[in-house]
Amino acid sequence: MTAHAEGDATHTYENVTCPFCGLLCDDLTVTRTGSTLKVSNGCPRATAGFQRPLPPAKPMVRDGEVTLDEAIKAAADLVRQAKLPLYGGMATDVAGQRAILAMADQTCGVVDHALSDGQYRNLRVVQTSGWIMSTLTEVRNRADLIIIVGSDVHKLHGRFFDRIVNPEHTMFDGFGTKRTVVFVGEGLDTSGAVGPRVDEVISLPVAKDRIPEVLAAISARVRGFSIPAPQAAAPSTSKMGSMFAGLVPGSKLATTDAPAHEIAGIPFAEIDAVAEKCKKAQYGVLVWAPPALSMPQADMTVHMMTEIVRELNQTTRFAGLSLGGNEGAPSAASTCTWQTGYPLRVSFANGKPEYDSVRYNIGRMLTEGEGDLLVWVASIGTDIGLPQTKLPTIVLGTPGVRLAQAPTVFIPVGTPGVDHAGQMVRCDNVVSLPMKNLHRSQLPSSADVLAAIQAAL
Amino acid sequence: MLIKLTGGKVYDPTNNINGEVRDIYFADGRVVEAPADGRVDKEYDARGRVVMAGAIDPHTHIGGGKVTIARTLLPEDHYKDEVAHTSITRAGTGHATPSTMVTGYRYAEMGYTSAFEPAMLPANARQAHMEMGDTPLLDKGAFVMLGSDDYLLRLMAGQASFEQIKDYIAWTMHAAQAIAVKVVNPGGISAFKFNQRKLDLDEKHVYYGITPRDIIQTLARGLVELGVTHPLHIHGCNLGIPGNVETTLATIRASEGLPMHLTHIQFHSYATEGDRHFSSGAVQVAELLKKYPNVSIDVGQVMFGATCTASGDSMRQYNGAKNADPKRWVVMDIECDAGCGVVPFRYRDKSFVHALQWAIGLETFLLCDDPWRIFLTTDHPNGAPFYTYPHLIRLLMDRDFRRETMLHVNPEALQYSTLPHLEREYSMYDVAIMTRAGPARSLGLKDLGHVGVGARADITVYKDDANRERMFTTPELVFKNGELIVRDGKVIKVVNGATHVVRPEYDRAIEKPLKEYFDRYHTVRMENFRLSDDEIIDGGRGEIIVQPTRARTSS
Repeated sequence: MTAHAEGDATHTYENVTCPFCGLLCDDLTVTRTGSTLKVSNGCPRATAGFQRPLPPAKPMVRDGEVTLDEAIKAAADLVRQAKLPLYGGMATDVAGQRAILAMADQTCGVVDHALSDGQYRNLRVVQTSGWIMSTLTEVRNRADLIIIVGSDVHKLHGRFFDRIVNPEHTMFDGFGTKRTVVFVGEGLDTSGAVGPRVDEVISLPVAKDRIPEVLAAISARVRGFSIPAPQAAAPSTSKMGSMFAGLVPGSKLATTDAPAHEIAGIPFAEIDAVAEKCKKAQYGVLVWAPPALSMPQADMTVHMMTEIVRELNQTTRFAGLSLGGNEGAPSAASTCTWQTGYPLRVSFANGKPEYDSVRYNIGRMLTEGEGDLLVWVASIGTDIGLPQTKLPTIVLGTPGVRLAQAPTVFIPVGTPGVDHAGQMVRCDNVVSLPMKNLHRSQLPSSADVLAAIQAAL
Repeated sequence: MLIKLTGGKVYDPTNNINGEVRDIYFADGRVVEAPADGRVDKEYDARGRVVMAGAIDPHTHIGGGKVTIARTLLPEDHYKDEVAHTSITRAGTGHATPSTMVTGYRYAEMGYTSAFEPAMLPANARQAHMEMGDTPLLDKGAFVMLGSDDYLLRLMAGQASFEQIKDYIAWTMHAAQAIAVKVVNPGGISAFKFNQRKLDLDEKHVYYGITPRDIIQTLARGLVELGVTHPLHIHGCNLGIPGNVETTLATIRASEGLPMHLTHIQFHSYATEGDRHFSSGAVQVAELLKKYPNVSIDVGQVMFGATCTASGDSMRQYNGAKNADPKRWVVMDIECDAGCGVVPFRYRDKSFVHALQWAIGLETFLLCDDPWRIFLTTDHPNGAPFYTYPHLIRLLMDRDFRRETMLHVNPEALQYSTLPHLEREYSMYDVAIMTRAGPARSLGLKDLGHVGVGARADITVYKDDANRERMFTTPELVFKNGELIVRDGKVIKVVNGATHVVRPEYDRAIEKPLKEYFDRYHTVRMENFRLSDDEIIDGGRGEIIVQPTRARTSS
């Protein structure tokens, strides 16, 4: 009973916001015939998201089909018995986040988003040093230098280049009219950077785990430091990266007087040229998608970028731009922050919000056997399905969501911006957008289902 | 249900009631006449108590992106002030930037029933309203920021017709669901994006070629002709710079008879006398204000302790970031529309500069003799969190307490301020004007800020305690829309307040060029930039009250 929309009349919706990635492009035209949607100007991810045939899905309790009311009652029974319920996934809109937080607060649970690992690469930087950031429209119109770091943006956010990098027009004659696009990282699809405003495309194809070395070199050069060539490292100490050799206590900086020829396999001259462009830029932007920065301690990489930005602002203007933000992650973090003061990974176990970004990582808690119930909300994409766990589980999911095992209770829910209206926060954490009801189905929103469960407690 | 509040000493400046003992009746959320038959359903004894309307904070950063950035930036700000849920209230956290629910509870527990967010970026309006929607017990509203947005500056630089500029101001107020317009460092937030590091009142923006004076006068006049009650709310140029009192005096003169409100004027009243080239300019400001009855102010009082400054003024916040404590700050350039800067700060009583800032604020309060034109604010959280209001009220009402407090601050600083020589004590009536009647009149809230017949039954009852700080910290009763929400300083019932907006007239034809503009340059469609009523009403959680505007005029 996915309760598909009735009839097969055709409706066309304009200015539709897409919930399927953090850019929240809001200029889509979507046509609906019955419960079939067709997107005329979406990226591959949007097209796949909107046009995915919705499989039939019914509320289930332990493999048996039940009515929605029975499923809600069964879910309430599980929640009532739980001493430490874990509210994970959190892939929903602001109304859904509010409902999760209300229930977690009342039931003394823990909240965390499925994609928090990526978000925390940024949050750790904000919470230790802060940053200087920009937003999509600002970058679209103003940037004359765009440096994309370690993130295959064209694949992750299919319309980033069309909407931000390549548009023909800029608000400001003579500012950001022509731009240089730099790709730092190997295997990045550079084909998106085209068009009349893209003056030059530079690639520094460094392996992902050595990106920090290139950033460190850019950082040194924009500060005016020279980078001497390292001496050949002795075999016994070769486990340390050569650039860190000088940091070993008691050791002397193992360098020669000659300048470095290359850093992490990239000719020094190419890195230096990028650093020079940074200094000369009127408004430069360092762009990354946190989920793509999969190197160890990626927050240190983000930090290195934000420190380059900070340094350059002493003389010119520069900013960071963080992408990512899929599956409602910015909506989850923002709503949780304004309601509790903390950006996710919050426990209400003692009635107060208690924040610990390591301890209340739900992925870690599941691995360590903590908590006694997992409530998982995955109302947007099908990829962030229920993780492996021995705990009883309640899943509020879009039909077809990937499930590692059969949940104890499954309740199919609608997707914000497709099956019901709502609001979501964009990846830059500034703009939020209205999500339209395209009437694909009559599936309830996760907010409504959660409110019903809470009312039944 | 007809409720009687019996025998309280009523301070209601809107209705010229100064401490008279009166009975107040209310039913269905409104103050009503005494019933002819004298029969009531419930009576509260207010004899010996002080009764005022619920207080109104006309300038407090309670919702929107920069507040949530501040919340994110400083988890340690919350650690010592975590608040557990109860059977009726939600969990949350306090301190400099409290969570939304705690903001609502604590304001109400202090006798406040309305609060206005003064710096809502159009690009962030949806989030600001979502956060205010999660702030219970308070009526609220927001001032939309204009003056560094490309569209206005482009209209001005292109010498667009004044009617078109007015249409754009009005359209933005509708789109962002605003009750007033604020300008922050006029043109300066935009100039900073073009790498200008300062922009004085008559200095030209490097790209648009217009000055802050042009922007202030355009917006102020536009609002007058649109019939908007609250005057242009101005956060002036050069915030925090010694010598900026000259800019402030020039800004007041630039009003040329137009109504204006200069906000957190303490941060703009710095002169350059003395060895440290930092002294109070409060006397000059207060004297000039006497000659400009069209100009009102709020103070932005500094109180000692840790807080977090959060402002749309990215240019000045970037400059102030070197003083961040702890050393961690955020600056953002936003959507060719605005910006923000969030810088944690600790005001220390032994610091010369901070003690002088504190003294300048108090001086301003004590020197300005028209309480209808000065509002009590700390520019929460910039000067201090709003919980410090009762302490501030005591400093104003109690000369001995003020003198004693002065003994603990940097003594050298006091030499550069007239504060030690000021004898004035605020009366209860003055406080009622400054925290109720004045803000209500300035914002055009006809049924708030007073307890006359027809007023909304937002009423606060205090024990008359000679320790004014204690008195204003813990009201005995607070009614919101006639419902008892606070007893003895604790929330006992949670209700949602309304959102106040104005809807000045505009020519719908402006949407044609605006739509082309959005489609050409923006990453949000014009249709989605606009915030619909339904998003605020949200199935009945919220309510919109449209306050009247005067008829649109042209000069």
